Amino acid sequence: MELIKHIKDPLLELKNLTVSYNKTKEAVTNVSVGIKKNKVTAIMGPSGCGKSTLLRAVNRMHALYPNIEVQGEIFLNGENISSMSDILLRRKIGMVFQRPNPFPTMSIYDNVIAGYKLNGIRIKKNKKDEIVEKALNDVALWDEVKDSLNKKGTFLSGGQQQRLCIARAIAFLPDVILLDEPTSALDPIATKKVEELLVELKEKYTIILVTHNMAQAARISDYSMFMYLGKLIEYGKTKNMFINPIDKRTEEYLTGKFS
Amino acid sequence: MSRKNNMLKQKKINARILKDKIFSGVIFLFSFITISPIIFIIINLISKGYKQINLSFFTETTPDTYEAMVAVSNNKIIPGGILNGITGSFLMVSLASIMAIPIGILIGIYLYENSSKRYANIVRDITDILQGVPSIVLGLISYFWVVKNITNGFSALAGSTALAIMMLPLIIRSTEETFKMIPGTIKEAAIALGVPYHKIIFRVLIPTGFSGLLTGILLAISRIIGETAPLMLTALGSMKVSFNIEKPISAVPLLIWEFYNDPNMVNLIWASSLFLMIFVLTLNLLSKYIVQRSI
Repeated sequence: MELIKHIKDPLLELKNLTVSYNKTKEAVTNVSVGIKKNKVTAIMGPSGCGKSTLLRAVNRMHALYPNIEVQGEIFLNGENISSMSDILLRRKIGMVFQRPNPFPTMSIYDNVIAGYKLNGIRIKKNKKDEIVEKALNDVALWDEVKDSLNKKGTFLSGGQQQRLCIARAIAFLPDVILLDEPTSALDPIATKKVEELLVELKEKYTIILVTHNMAQAARISDYSMFMYLGKLIEYGKTKNMFINPIDKRTEEYLTGKFS
Repeated sequence: MSRKNNMLKQKKINARILKDKIFSGVIFLFSFITISPIIFIIINLISKGYKQINLSFFTETTPDTYEAMVAVSNNKIIPGGILNGITGSFLMVSLASIMAIPIGILIGIYLYENSSKRYANIVRDITDILQGVPSIVLGLISYFWVVKNITNGFSALAGSTALAIMMLPLIIRSTEETFKMIPGTIKEAAIALGVPYHKIIFRVLIPTGFSGLLTGILLAISRIIGETAPLMLTALGSMKVSFNIEKPISAVPLLIWEFYNDPNMVNLIWASSLFLMIFVLTLNLLSKYIVQRSI
């Protein structure tokens, strides 16, 4: 595919990725793209176009469901992810979900280091404190919660919970953060905060964002993909795509002819 | 004309309001009839049983018939207590819990994780059937399994086995229901952190559903602690405090049955029943409190 040549030295590379839920229906068909380092890449498209399915293939979330079949290859830093263990892969590729999902039994502090705790990675107390403070600082939550670190994560507001979930993902110092419509359950003010946060976070991490909100993609992404019926229709710099879409379907979607 | 119409409308509305009131009244009456037995039972137990409840009721074993007869004929309270029953019940319920809780929770998790598999459906159906098996039949089964083959005689172990079989379906179903209530996103959060499957279950799902599991366990215990029939065929009963699981043992409901068969001990029936009732009521209220607090 020629599209892949848009990106020089991609951090993450998908090659001929096909995901099918059963033998007859492919949710994602033959997608090949490269994702640029330290940029926000948005995946747009109407509901049911396969954007979340594509995202979840990247950190092998589909492995959980035996009837979902994933074909094709994914390379992270040139290394095939199929050779990585689950824990290593998910340490390198963090994920944030549509609805904030902090662990309800854990404190804010424990939620941030949940990745270490639950995987039995032993670290010293002062190192833990350091990780927690840094992650919460990165998501601009430290000042709001530093006095209530022992309170339950679910005690926070929706927007704070989502930032806590981002903190949980970046506490592992991943290369890539996958976000699956992270603001769709949040109010406009919380959404704005998360968006600003993502723009700041791209200095350190590579961000892939699934969104059904075109305006959001336009506001914060550097590169955009447009998917339709499981196929990647167009991929390029967000500015170019919004000003001058190449494919007719992209244009129709962006001008609101369908959604 | 329109005024007449309005009056007609008003009449219809009044009739509806009346119907509504009558219906509410009937519902209120029925609900009162439903709860009245428990109120009468509690009043009855307290008024007849309170005299026998004193310190020795909890610290001494059952008196023999002669002691009781002397006390009753002198119009005194019966000496002794139900310590042997309390310790026996405690031992057997603990043993039954040790057997049933881990197995029940694991099966419940299996049903939750594989909810649509054929085998899971079969297990679920059988669990439902097991819940409907009369408790005396479970006593008989335990009699043939344990009394005849393992302990070669009536024993606490046999009683616990029967009780454990009774507990199983309750715990299995409550575990499955509890896990179904946990949002799938919590599980996904753990998966996305690379947490292995067994740790997701033990470190994420079980703690998250802990109050639900605890409620199920408490209700199962309150269900089995009053069981009499299966214990008659297995634990038999004993006059002494015993902690030997291979020997016959007493239990509070067994003692109630024994008191019933001894005309001199009638007063102890009410006191023991009151004790059992309060215990079960407390467990039920406790589980309600846990559910409310967790919401």
